[in-house]
Amino acid sequence: MARRELQEINAGSMADIAFLLLIFFLVTTTMEVSSGITRMLPPLVPPDAEHPDVKERNVFIILVNKDNQLAIEDKLRDPSEIKQLCMDFFINPYNNEDLSERVLYTEKIEKLKREIIAAEQHENNNDNVKGLNEKLKMYNSVKDAFGNKIARSSGVVSLQNDRGTDYGKYIEVQDQIIAALNELRNKLSNDTWGEDFDDLSLVQQKLVKEVFPFAISEAEPKKFN
Amino acid sequence: MGKFDKKSKGGSPAISTASLPDIVFMLLFFFMVSTTMKEVDTKVYTRLPDATQVKKIENKSLVSYIYIGTPKNTDEFGTTDAIQLNDQIANIGGIQQYVEQERAKRKEKEVKLMTFSLKVDEETKMGIVVDVKEELRKVQALRINYASKKKESK
Repeated sequence: MARRELQEINAGSMADIAFLLLIFFLVTTTMEVSSGITRMLPPLVPPDAEHPDVKERNVFIILVNKDNQLAIEDKLRDPSEIKQLCMDFFINPYNNEDLSERVLYTEKIEKLKREIIAAEQHENNNDNVKGLNEKLKMYNSVKDAFGNKIARSSGVVSLQNDRGTDYGKYIEVQDQIIAALNELRNKLSNDTWGEDFDDLSLVQQKLVKEVFPFAISEAEPKKFN
Repeated sequence: MGKFDKKSKGGSPAISTASLPDIVFMLLFFFMVSTTMKEVDTKVYTRLPDATQVKKIENKSLVSYIYIGTPKNTDEFGTTDAIQLNDQIANIGGIQQYVEQERAKRKEKEVKLMTFSLKVDEETKMGIVVDVKEELRKVQALRINYASKKKESK
C-alpha cells in the first residue's frame, strides 16, 4: 500500500470562519451602558407624623406644569436658568432676605453643645446623646477642614410636578439641580484641596457632602394650572 | 513580462496571510467579551432622556430594571404608557411583588445595596412614574436610578 502523503490542512478558510463569527457578534452587540442619575427616595412617613417646619425663605420652589412650563419661585423661567438660580439660592452671597439662610458651623456647634448638656440631664435617652455627640464630631471636623467661616445653607429645593409633565422634562430639571449642587461641591473641594469632588478620599467627600447635601424634596404631584 | 511573473526569482514574496485569522480572532474575542446579551425583550419603547450629571452604575448585578413606555404591541396593550417587569407588561400592583422577587435572588447583605433602575421613555407622563416611585417607597426600595444617556454639558 502506498503511504498517503500527509497533506497540510488549508488554513485559508479559517479567516472566513472567524470573520463570520466576528460579524455575528458585531451585529448582536449592544454596547449597553448602564448610566443614570442615582437618587434616594425619601422613606415613607406615617401619615400622622409632624411636618418639620421650614421657613419660607429656605424653600426654593420649582414647578413644572403639564405643558412642561417651568416656574421658579412663581416666575416663569427657562430650564437653562435653573442651575445659576439654584447656586445663588444655596450660596446666598449677599445675604439676601429671600434666599436661603446660612448658618455658620461655629454657631451650629455652640447650639449642639447646649443640646447635649440638656439631653444629658434627662439620663433616660442615652441613644440621643450618642447621636448628638456623633453630630458634634462631624461638625467639628467640618470646621477643622474648611475653617471658621464655613456655613451650611438651610435651603431645600422643592421640585413639584404635575402628573402630566413629561418625564424628559422632569429629568432635565432634576439634572440641572444636581449640576448646581455638584458644581458647588466641586468648588469647595477645589478651594480646599485643589481637587475635584470625585477625586477626593471618602472622608473628604463626606465632609463636603455634609456642607452641601442633596437637599431636594419631591412633593407628591399636584394638579395645578 | 517578467515583472508580473510570480515565480520570478527577484520579486518580493507574497504577503503571508497566515496571521490574518489571529487578528480576526483577537477582534472576535474582544466583541465576545464586551457583548452583553440582552436579558429581557423590551415590550415597551424606552428612548432614554439625556442628562449631564449621569454616573455609571458600578455593580450591575445589584441592579433591577423597571421599564416604562408606550407598548410596542399596540393591538394587545393599547397605546397608553405601560410598565414592564421582567419580560411582561404588568400593572402597578405587580411592583411590590417584583421587588420581593428580585430581593430573593440576592444575598441578604446585598439587598440593602440594590438599585432599581427606571428605564423610562422621554415622553412618558410623570403620573405613572410617580405611582411607581410610591410603590417602591412602600416596600422600602429607596435606592433608585433614572436611566439616562450622557450628554456633554454646554
